[in-house]
Amino acid sequence: MRAYEDWVIEAESKGKKLSEVILEDQMAELEQTEETLFERMNNNLKVMRGSVEAGLSGTRRSVSGLVGGDAAKVEEHRKKGNSLVGMEISGAIAKALAVAEINACMGKIVAAPTAGSCGVLPAVLLTVEEVCQSSDRDIILALFTAAGLGMVLTERASVSGAEGGCQAEIGSAAAMAAAAAVELAGGSPRQTADAAAIAMKSMLGLVCDPVGGLVEVPCVKRNATGATIALAAAEMALSGVRSAIPIDEVIDTMGRVGKQMPCALKETAQGGLAVTPTGRRIQADFL
Amino acid sequence: MAKSNVFDLLGPIMVGPSSSHTAGAVRLGGMARKILGEEPVEGTIFLHGSFAKTGKGHGTDLALLAGLLGMLPDDERIPDASKLAQEQGLSVKYEVIDLGDVHPNTVKFDLKGKTGVHLQVIGSSIGGGTIVIGKINEYEVDIRGDYPTLVVLHQDHPGVVAQVTLLLATAQINIASMRVAREKKGAQALMILETDQTIDKAVLELMRKLPKIEQAMAIEPL
Repeated sequence: MRAYEDWVIEAESKGKKLSEVILEDQMAELEQTEETLFERMNNNLKVMRGSVEAGLSGTRRSVSGLVGGDAAKVEEHRKKGNSLVGMEISGAIAKALAVAEINACMGKIVAAPTAGSCGVLPAVLLTVEEVCQSSDRDIILALFTAAGLGMVLTERASVSGAEGGCQAEIGSAAAMAAAAAVELAGGSPRQTADAAAIAMKSMLGLVCDPVGGLVEVPCVKRNATGATIALAAAEMALSGVRSAIPIDEVIDTMGRVGKQMPCALKETAQGGLAVTPTGRRIQADFL
Repeated sequence: MAKSNVFDLLGPIMVGPSSSHTAGAVRLGGMARKILGEEPVEGTIFLHGSFAKTGKGHGTDLALLAGLLGMLPDDERIPDASKLAQEQGLSVKYEVIDLGDVHPNTVKFDLKGKTGVHLQVIGSSIGGGTIVIGKINEYEVDIRGDYPTLVVLHQDHPGVVAQVTLLLATAQINIASMRVAREKKGAQALMILETDQTIDKAVLELMRKLPKIEQAMAIEPL
């Protein structure tokens, strides 16, 4: 079984970025050249940029009518200079909402790691890009770091809400985004591990309780809050704050908590917000 | 669980809203179509667990059907699958089923092809659009659609495995994984091989002519 720690140690000993170690691993595993892998990952980046843009400017609504237009509201509010939390955080919130809304409206997105959590990673990376003036090459590399962590999450735990609850989806996305953000901002491989661990720890136990079984409420807004948790975790790690519990143990914990979670709280729409009086009324009205 | 790669985690590029309930469902339908080996004309789709409970809201029914029609997860015609199935002469009905201790996102297909091939396939969408086919007819399998896959139905007899692998070796086809299972000693058995290279028609024809081989199908990766 993979351990993220192994990659951190390898990157440290070779004096490389974590993404470069993962890239080498994948070149061997997939028997593809660096150029091919870069091009494939660049396609993901292009679709991510497209979904951010479409969601920010668009006025699309989901079939149920529950979702759509919130990204544009946040974008307008911040552009008027009204942001409470600053332009970076407000920008990440708007971008995450944008992508998640596009997904709910049956538009084209990149699952990262899943469709329900597709807004977190593009929102965080494109926000760091604005702050750090990152190159496309570095963003693509950071995507490899995110995906590498995702591989460990899949193998040691799960990225499926039906198996592990929302901690496995938005939680995994936030951990992946935190690690990628740290690398993109110039942090060390060790700091990517700390950021991922801090983000994942903040998400442990989060249930998957979609109202009406739709990937809309509360999923879309959890993408936005997940992005802010990723940025908070990255900020701590970049400052030198360590995670007391190492990343692989946190991932194992997420897997264990997911198994302990009752079926009603794992994407079945039989618990949590889905069974509130309002949740039930929404389900009855729209389905 | 099995080894994944970076593009399992970032990807697929897909039409929303759910990687497991929409994209994975399209792939399960597509895989069932590939296993059937011909255009399906009639079928029943049995929905288990979360597929049964929340499938409607995720368009799982349409996605499974779109896959049976040969669409891919980024096909923007997925919402119109019902209408397209009608036009293409595929008639399906849906039922809820309890398949026991399987993944929550599991479906069973009962399919008839246009030349009369009849097949049952059970598969699960295990997250992020990744799928695994767990059963073909009464045989336990583990097919993920990542590699070209060879499925051989044969009699349980000494030397059958050797002649199959020898044929692959001669055709310069490398085996990535292999699994052999039988009902009971000397009865019917099933061989599942994942390969690095595509298994072309000529190799498959030679395979079918080998003694003790009852059926051989090559499933392209998805």
